[in-house]
Amino acid sequence: MNEINKKFEKHLTVKSTTENLIKVREFARTAAEECLFHEEDVEKIVLAVDEACTNIIKHAYNYSPEGIIDISIFVDNNKFVISIVDNGESFNPNIVPEPDIREFYKQKKVGGLGMYLMKKLMDEVKYSTVSDNKNQVMLIKYLYR
Amino acid sequence: MTDFNVNLRQVKNVSIIDLRGYLDAHTAPELENIFNKLLEQKKFRVVVNFNDLNYISSAGLGVFMAYIEIMRQNNGDIKFTNLKENVYNIFDLLGFPLLYEFYKDEQEAINKFITQENS
Repeated sequence: MNEINKKFEKHLTVKSTTENLIKVREFARTAAEECLFHEEDVEKIVLAVDEACTNIIKHAYNYSPEGIIDISIFVDNNKFVISIVDNGESFNPNIVPEPDIREFYKQKKVGGLGMYLMKKLMDEVKYSTVSDNKNQVMLIKYLYR
Repeated sequence: MTDFNVNLRQVKNVSIIDLRGYLDAHTAPELENIFNKLLEQKKFRVVVNFNDLNYISSAGLGVFMAYIEIMRQNNGDIKFTNLKENVYNIFDLLGFPLLYEFYKDEQEAINKFITQENS
């Protein structure tokens, strides 16, 4: 299986509309299934990718439908890696506080839930700036050994 | 075409929202419309039946968070029933069961409203 995984690489580019979330979820699901994740983990991966793209559509592109979202999925070192790149507004993930559900409830604050979910659902989540000042989020799930 | 559907019905003085399919950032506005309609009609007792809902993202969870407070301020509530395990798990990850009421079936939730009314 490791030999196959070394070559495992898939790409999807979509415009930044919420309509495309279905396409994004199907893409993530197919890749996760091909890498033999159990259904429970497949669902976690699919939701994490949805949350990442939803955040990009809302915050990086501020709902403009003309933004580009580039998704690459590959396997590296026994890790299933989803790289999602956009060239919208950048943000500092460190200034988004961890949500406190009780505070959220009182203040009707919803932002930050997606980021929190991604962290809960994946083994690693990394934010960075890549070439041409693009934003990248990497969602990582460890493959079964 | 999105695989999402929301339906509103009334059982006595409780409004039941039936959800079907996939609730995400694209489909959440449809659910918001239903809640806005309920507020206009001053219907604050709401049961959401998740029996046919296969998927929810934070955009969907956010809708409930946005409306539950105002329902409660008006002696109502939003109660959640018939969730599939995978959907419940997402609510659970975010600590919703600490603050919101979940029931196995719709009738239990309706009964709870009736009991609260009589007490």
